[in-house]
Amino acid sequence: MAMYYNDDQTMLSDTAGTFMSEEGAIAKQLRHWRDRDCPDGFGHALWKQFAEMGFTGMLVSEEDGGLGMGHVEAGIVLEEIGRNLTPSPFLTSSVMAASALGQGSAEMRGRWLPGLISGDSVFAVAVDEGPKHRPQNIACRAEKSGNGFKLSGKKTFVIQGASADMMVVAARTSGADDDNDGLTLFAVPKDASGVDQDPVRLVDSSMASHVTFDGVELDGDAVIGEVDGGRDILNAMLNAGRVGAAAEGVGVARGAMDITVDYLKQRKQFGTIIGEFQALQHRAAHLYSEVEIARAAVLKAQQKLDEGSENIDLFVSVAKAKVAKTASLSVKEGVQMHGGIGMTDEYDIGLFMKRDRALQEFCGDLYYHAGRVAELSGY
Amino acid sequence: MSDLEQFRSELRSWLEANCPEEMRQPARSEDDVFWGGRNPTFQNDAQKAWFEACVEKGYTVPDWPTEYGGAGLNAAELKVFRQEMNRINARPPLSSFGIWMLGPALLHFGTHEQKERFLTEIARGEIRWCQGYSEPGSGSDLVSLQTFGEDKGDHWVVNGQKIWTSYADHADWIFCLVRTDKSDKYRGITFMLYDMESEGVSTKPIKLISGRSPFCETFFDDVKVPKSYGENIPAQVGEVNRGWDVAKYLLGHERAMISGQSGGERTGSLGAALARNDMIENDLMRAEIAMFDIDALAFAAMAEKFADEIKVGKCHPAQPNMMKYAGTELNKAKHELVMTAGGSAALEWESDASKDGKHARDWLRTKANSIEGGTSEVMLNVISKRILELPGG
Ligand SMILES: Cc1cc2nc3c(=O)[nH]c(=O)nc-3n(C[C@H](O)[C@H](O)[C@H](O)COP(=O)(O)OP(=O)(O)OC[C@H]3O[C@@H](n4cnc5c(N)ncnc54)[C@H](O)[C@@H]3O)c2cc1C
Repeated sequence: MAMYYNDDQTMLSDTAGTFMSEEGAIAKQLRHWRDRDCPDGFGHALWKQFAEMGFTGMLVSEEDGGLGMGHVEAGIVLEEIGRNLTPSPFLTSSVMAASALGQGSAEMRGRWLPGLISGDSVFAVAVDEGPKHRPQNIACRAEKSGNGFKLSGKKTFVIQGASADMMVVAARTSGADDDNDGLTLFAVPKDASGVDQDPVRLVDSSMASHVTFDGVELDGDAVIGEVDGGRDILNAMLNAGRVGAAAEGVGVARGAMDITVDYLKQRKQFGTIIGEFQALQHRAAHLYSEVEIARAAVLKAQQKLDEGSENIDLFVSVAKAKVAKTASLSVKEGVQMHGGIGMTDEYDIGLFMKRDRALQEFCGDLYYHAGRVAELSGY
Repeated sequence: MSDLEQFRSELRSWLEANCPEEMRQPARSEDDVFWGGRNPTFQNDAQKAWFEACVEKGYTVPDWPTEYGGAGLNAAELKVFRQEMNRINARPPLSSFGIWMLGPALLHFGTHEQKERFLTEIARGEIRWCQGYSEPGSGSDLVSLQTFGEDKGDHWVVNGQKIWTSYADHADWIFCLVRTDKSDKYRGITFMLYDMESEGVSTKPIKLISGRSPFCETFFDDVKVPKSYGENIPAQVGEVNRGWDVAKYLLGHERAMISGQSGGERTGSLGAALARNDMIENDLMRAEIAMFDIDALAFAAMAEKFADEIKVGKCHPAQPNMMKYAGTELNKAKHELVMTAGGSAALEWESDASKDGKHARDWLRTKANSIEGGTSEVMLNVISKRILELPGG
């Protein structure tokens, strides 16, 4: 597959770019909701607009009413989300939950996917159980009970958990906490009794929940895929999330770079535009190189996912880790090259730094993925 | 026992008797820092008792002369003082821009009467100062500043705007760079001292990305600054139109101070602290933290060396720039690692568990370290030109 966008993808990139920079703009969405202490951390009206644009069901198959597109296309939307810091449930609902639900029964898909496609529903994913991403260890348990299950345990960092109509929960149905097998994914509806949400606002103004399941009764058709056979679906969902977060991270890196380069062209000190200082020019040029490379790494991983290649894990971790390094560089350089004004809430550059921080942690940080790169490369 | 050991042992007993238990732990938040001022607010009795005990001994400014409120410690004694304070984790009894910035400039350039008045006030925590250097158009290029003081015989009339003035809204007085001669860039600036309650002074807080607002825009609208506050107490430090020399001298102290607060005064291992809380997730993170610890422990050695050398004039006069550069970059790196080790828990911004986002807000605050007091780029420019004597500009 050629490593550039085809005509349709180019068109999508233009449409998504225009849409996000207008409707999803920082002033209109992120600041708007933040300054109103919005308990969701995003606007439902915008989510409906996402649906009208055809974004919400991009990854849903055509037979289920979606567009049957791939991770390259979802990544195009995510990169624009990143550039504009547009808060939305796209990554968790349309990329991660949709990826898991795609593996569910016809009944399961019929129950949840129409709401996703229409923009009426929001989904969350509940995997992590501590402050770090450690999906090899899942302690949350679902015990057999009658025809169904009883779910107990705790999840952390559940993005938009309290706003979600349904949560995809990774739980253990057999074996020890660190067993590879014995996992099952469940679609847990919002109104299930025994679910306790403790929502907190994060540094990037998004909302995440600490969720406690206290003997939550689920019937058998809440199971996504096979009982005890959830590991593969979980891995696929996490890979979709990692590549998605990487695509968004490239957008964050580019957005921060763009406003910084603009600033270098405007700010005057010592009787000249600061962009004339070679010390800054070289750093901006270095940043450009890194962002281009990170973008290529992400495109590679997206294409691998779409092709369904074997051993895509390495490319996924390379993409997530490379973006972690690049976006972090971009936001740090961004604030520093703005000088004092970069420290103010009024300027947007700090918002990029905050969003990057949250994305760094999402679905595994630099060190987690660097470890996987070593392992998957055989050392 | 040598005199120095005698001093150490007396100091130890004094600290034992006078430093309350509550003051023997690092400040947990900005509320734990005592800044003094006309209307001081003590957080608790322990803070007040500790401050008052130190004022009486001159320990708010231990190396200043006793006649100006200090304890008159020599370099060796000062080192012992710092060691003993650190040993019990004693908090500084008083934090102030007067101590860190204006004081050293006054000691060097002030008249005896200026010192008697202003240094004593600073040592006793009676007046809280702010720094009026930066302007919207003059940050890194500070000398281009435009705030103008018109000579009216026995007073100046000051007009203009400063920006990023830390704590201007809480300060009693300002030390301010004011242009008094438009025809000479370097020899046309006067270093003035005046009351923030003067008519025509106003401040407007600026919100930081950490969500806090410790700095302000500061406006001067026909502010009348008397030329004298009494016999031999001129309102300016140094000569009129020669304030740039004072400004630069002060910046050297400010940079050394920022460097110290950024890392030079801490010698513990970050990795050990994180490991105690079981926060080191994997071997790669461990390696990265160890790399940091190498830099940090080496820098602590450098900081001690620098502090010893600067007292006796043995280091390059531009060395504070190197210290500021290295110390602040290190502090930023440290907080990146603390955030990473903290994981999603450290992302929390508004929760009790995170003490309202302490980790995240502190992390964001450190990003200013390499901007305030002169940016890293400016430090590197100074090192290249003044220490390495590279050509250009
Ligand atoms: C938290 C905080 C507290 C502060 N407190 C005070 C205070 O109390 N009083 C006060 O007066 N000021 C204060 N300042 C202001 C501070 O001193 C200035 O922000 C700083 O000097 C930089 O100026 P600037 O913001 O105008 O940035 P600019 O000078 O506009 O710099 C923008 C960018 O250009 C770079 N740059 C500029 N010139 C060059 C060059 N020649 N070569 C290479 N790069 C260059 C800078 O390094 C920076 O990255 C504070 C700042 C902060 C962030």
